[in-house]
Amino acid sequence: MKLTVRVWRQKNARREGRFAEYEVQDASPDMSFLEMLDVLNERLIRQGEEPIHFDSDCREGICGMCSCVINGEAHGPESQVTTCQTYMRSFKDGDVITVEPFRAMAFPLIKDLVVDRSALDRIIQAGGFISVTTGSAPEANSIPVSKYHSDLAMDAAACIGCGACVAACKNASANLFVAAKVAHLNLLPQGGPEKDPRVLGMVEAMTSEGFGACSVTGSCEAVCPKGIPTSFISRMNHNFLTAALKLRVHGPRG
Amino acid sequence: MNQTSVGMNSLWKVFTTTIGKKAVMAATGGVLLLFVIAHMAGNLQMFLGWGDINNYADLLKSHREFLWPFRVFLATCLVLHVSTGSFLAIDNRRKRGHSYEVKKLVGASFASQTMWISGLIIFCFIVYHLLHFTLGVTNPEYLTFRDAHDRPDVYRMIVTAFSTAGTVCLYALGVATLGFHLSHGVRAMVESLGLRMETWASRIDKTSLVVACLLFLGFASVPLAVLMGLLQLK
Ligand code: HEM
Ligand code: FES
Repeated sequence: MKLTVRVWRQKNARREGRFAEYEVQDASPDMSFLEMLDVLNERLIRQGEEPIHFDSDCREGICGMCSCVINGEAHGPESQVTTCQTYMRSFKDGDVITVEPFRAMAFPLIKDLVVDRSALDRIIQAGGFISVTTGSAPEANSIPVSKYHSDLAMDAAACIGCGACVAACKNASANLFVAAKVAHLNLLPQGGPEKDPRVLGMVEAMTSEGFGACSVTGSCEAVCPKGIPTSFISRMNHNFLTAALKLRVHGPRG
Repeated sequence: MNQTSVGMNSLWKVFTTTIGKKAVMAATGGVLLLFVIAHMAGNLQMFLGWGDINNYADLLKSHREFLWPFRVFLATCLVLHVSTGSFLAIDNRRKRGHSYEVKKLVGASFASQTMWISGLIIFCFIVYHLLHFTLGVTNPEYLTFRDAHDRPDVYRMIVTAFSTAGTVCLYALGVATLGFHLSHGVRAMVESLGLRMETWASRIDKTSLVVACLLFLGFASVPLAVLMGLLQLK
C-alpha cells in the first residue's frame, strides 16, 4: 500500500508544532497502525531524521498506552479497538491519513503524539483505597455478590484508562473514564464502605485536573476501545449526587 | 477522635464540580420542560373553542397570588439555566486546548453539539413571545380585546396574530428550535440526574425524541390551524 501520512510534529510543549507529511510506500494491509509508524520511523532514522514519538506498550489492546487521533477519530476508524489493534486493511491504497495527538487541556503535550495522561492516575489516587483484610485468601463465598452487579462491575473494570473518551469529547471530559473507575469498585461489596468518599474525591479531582463537563453527546462511548456505555456516567452522577446530599462524609483517612 | 472529612464538606462545593453544574442544568431544564408541557396542553384548548381557552386564561390570570410567585420561580430557573449553560459552554470549549485539524462528529447527534446555540435562539424567541402576547409591546391592541363576559379575549388575540404567515413562520421556527433542544435535552437531563442506567438508557433516548416531536407538533398545531383556517373568528 502507498499512503500519505500527515503527522503532528512538535519538539516539546514550549515549541510550536506543525504537520509533517510523509510518503509510506511499503505498508502492508496486515501491519498494525503502529507497525506502519515503526516502518516509517526506521526510514526516518536511516535518513538521520528524528523519529516520530508515539506511545505504546502491550500492542495487544489491553494496556491503554497507545493513543492518537487518526483522521479525526480517537484510536482510528474501527470501533472497539485501540490504535495498536487498528490494522492497515482499514485504510485504502493512496489514502491520506492525518495523525494527531489526544488533545485536552488536562493532557499536556510532551512530544509529537505523546501526551501526559497522568491526570487520570491522580484521579484514581483521589479515590483512595478499599478496606479488605490482607493475608490468606478469604473463603470465596463469604461475601455474596449478585450476578447482575458482578457483571456490571466487570464491564466497568474493562476500562484500560487510555483516555480516548477525553480525546473524543467536545468538552475534553473524563466522565466516562471516571464513571468506569467509580463503578467497578462502588458496585461491589468490597468497595462499599468507602463508596461515598470515593466518588466525591474522584469527581472533585476530575474537575480540578481541568477536564470539561459531560454534555451526554455519546462520542466517548463510540470511541471507547472497550465499549463502555455512557449509562455508567449516569450511575456515577447518581452516586455523586446522593453522596453529596449526605454532605459531611467521614472518610477512611485520618 | 481524629476524623477528617473527605470530599464535599459544604453543599456549595458540589456546584464547583462539573457534575454539580450539570445537575443545576438538569433541574432547571426539567422545571422548564414541565412548564412547556403544561403550556402546550393549555394552548391545545384553542381547539375546544372560544369559551374554553378564555376560561382557562381567566382562571390563570385571576389568581395573582399564585401567578406572580410562579412567574418569579420560572424566571429564576431560566436565569440559572441560561447562566450555567453559558458558563459551561464557554468553559467546555476551553478544555480542549488545541483544536483538532480533522474534525469529525463521532457517535454524537448534531443537537448535542449545538445546545448553546439552540438555547440562545429559544431565549430570543421567549423574549419576543413575551413582548408579543404577555406584555403587549409589539401589538398593544391585543390586550384590549374583550369577550362577551368582559374577560381578556385570548381566542381573538391568537387568531388575529396567526393570520399572518410571517408570524406563524416565526413561531414555527421558535418551537422547532425548542424541539431540537429537547431531542437531546430530555435524555441529557435524565443522564445528569443519575437515572439513565443500563437497560433504561436506550428507552430514555427514544422517549427524548418522542417528547421533543410531540411538543413541536403540539405547539405548532395552533398557529398552523389558524393559518389554514381551521380556527376562525366566529
Ligand atoms: C423553555 C426553554 C428550555 C427548556 C425546556 C430547556 C431544557 C433543557 C434541558 C432539559 C436540558 C438538559 C439538561 C442536561 O444536560 O442535564 C438543557 C440543556 C441545555 N440548555 Fe436548555 N432549555 C431551555 C432553554 C434554554 C436557553 C434559553 C438556553 C440558553 C443558553 C439553554 C441552554 C442550554 C445548554 C447550553 C444546555 C446544555 C448544557 C450542557 O450539556 O453542557 N437552554 N436544556
Ligand atoms: S499499546 Fe497497549 S493498548 Fe495499545
